[in-house]
Amino acid sequence: MFLGHLFINRETFKTYYKLVLDECVSIGIGSVFLVALVSTFMGAVTTVQTAYNMVSDFIPNYVISQVVREMIVLELAPTIIAVIYAGKVGSSMASGLGTMRITEQIDALEVMGINSISYLVLPKIVASLLMYPLLVIVAGACGMIGGYLAGTLTGIITPNDYVYGLRSSYNEFTVVFALIKSFVFAFLVASISSYKGYNTQGGALEVGISSTQAVTTSVIAVLIADYLLAQLLLSK
Amino acid sequence: MIKIQSISKSFVDKPVLNEISGVFAKGKPNLIIGASGTGKSVLLKCIVGLIHPDYGQVFYDGRDFYGSDRDTQIEVRREMGMLFQGGALFDSKNVEENVMFPLNVLTKMPMPEKIERVNFCLQRVGLENVNSKMPSEISGGMKKRVGIARAIVNNPNYLFCDEPNSGLDPQTSIVIDELIQDISEDLDITTIVVTHDMNSVMGIGENIMFIYKGENLWEGTKNDITHSGVRELDDFVFANKVMNSLRGK
Repeated sequence: MFLGHLFINRETFKTYYKLVLDECVSIGIGSVFLVALVSTFMGAVTTVQTAYNMVSDFIPNYVISQVVREMIVLELAPTIIAVIYAGKVGSSMASGLGTMRITEQIDALEVMGINSISYLVLPKIVASLLMYPLLVIVAGACGMIGGYLAGTLTGIITPNDYVYGLRSSYNEFTVVFALIKSFVFAFLVASISSYKGYNTQGGALEVGISSTQAVTTSVIAVLIADYLLAQLLLSK
Repeated sequence: MIKIQSISKSFVDKPVLNEISGVFAKGKPNLIIGASGTGKSVLLKCIVGLIHPDYGQVFYDGRDFYGSDRDTQIEVRREMGMLFQGGALFDSKNVEENVMFPLNVLTKMPMPEKIERVNFCLQRVGLENVNSKMPSEISGGMKKRVGIARAIVNNPNYLFCDEPNSGLDPQTSIVIDELIQDISEDLDITTIVVTHDMNSVMGIGENIMFIYKGENLWEGTKNDITHSGVRELDDFVFANKVMNSLRGK
């Protein structure tokens, strides 16, 4: 029902265009540093830990970067970053809408004859769908760079082996899969967080509760969707 | 003119409004008064459509609001302006953007005209040189005035004010009351003010509806309110020490 209201009595395209751009800046530019930082360290740690577990001399070193690539592309970039995304962007959406609700700003929109769900939530969902896949691409690139730096600077793997490993046995579908996941997660986080924030009732305490619930519910939904997508698209 | 008929509303088996009917005239402030928790704000929200009544009808110049389709309801809503208790200004927008907001979303007015209209409305409520200030940078009284400017910027036919004086000092309250009265008369619009402030009642109460425990117990003017013969209304009116001191005279 909540999502159904997104497309009823919409405002002009121009109104949404500006709102979506504002949300894109807030979501995308506002999150890129955190995403880059976390993914760089994730890549570095994955490289070090994979090397630590490679105990057989019969396994070539370039397998380390193969493992790093698969882990980052399939799981770490889309899913772990989604958890961070829910914590940062999801909680911000929920608390912003919750504050608007308790201070009657949403009522003010309704009295003006504006569909507040469509006006406030649709731009957030569209911006999330546009920006989160880009953040996942950034996370993937930063993760591999982080792995390269950690591997080569500590002497675990040579630069040539690392790049060779990244390029060997490459399956393009993993990237498609990661992007499919990123679209699904972006939608889940934005819609769940908006729903929780929009339906806040009470005062400042309830805004905090809505924000926490938005993050918790989004993370659970992301993990369930992650499993279902893996089962659906990767099982043979 | 706004006419309400048999408005009733309950929240989880607790009746809040019971069969409230009345007429709110054009060109002057109509006051809904009563103690806290008697259902005044719920009635106002039922009138503007923010809360759907369990039953009852609201007519805006003969147009049945709840009996209309969605498009007609939106059309009626676009003729409304509302001042909320806390101002309800958009935090992320400055004063000018807040007042301009209804024009941006609901009209295709060119920008120079919008700016002219915004400045006119801000001047009308006694505010100048505050266009670039954020809501967090202005006082409570100024927020209320900006709220009024936003409510009238799109030339509404109906103005609703929910506790316009709450949290304001007596002098600012009088200024806000006079402003609401002047705007109602000058623009010839139907204004409904929800209040429990006796200063407002005695200042602008030309058409008063007294709500007690969800029922419309009395209707009249400020001239009749002190000798209504309704015990519950007397209790409400003379709880004010100034009014009580006048009672003896």
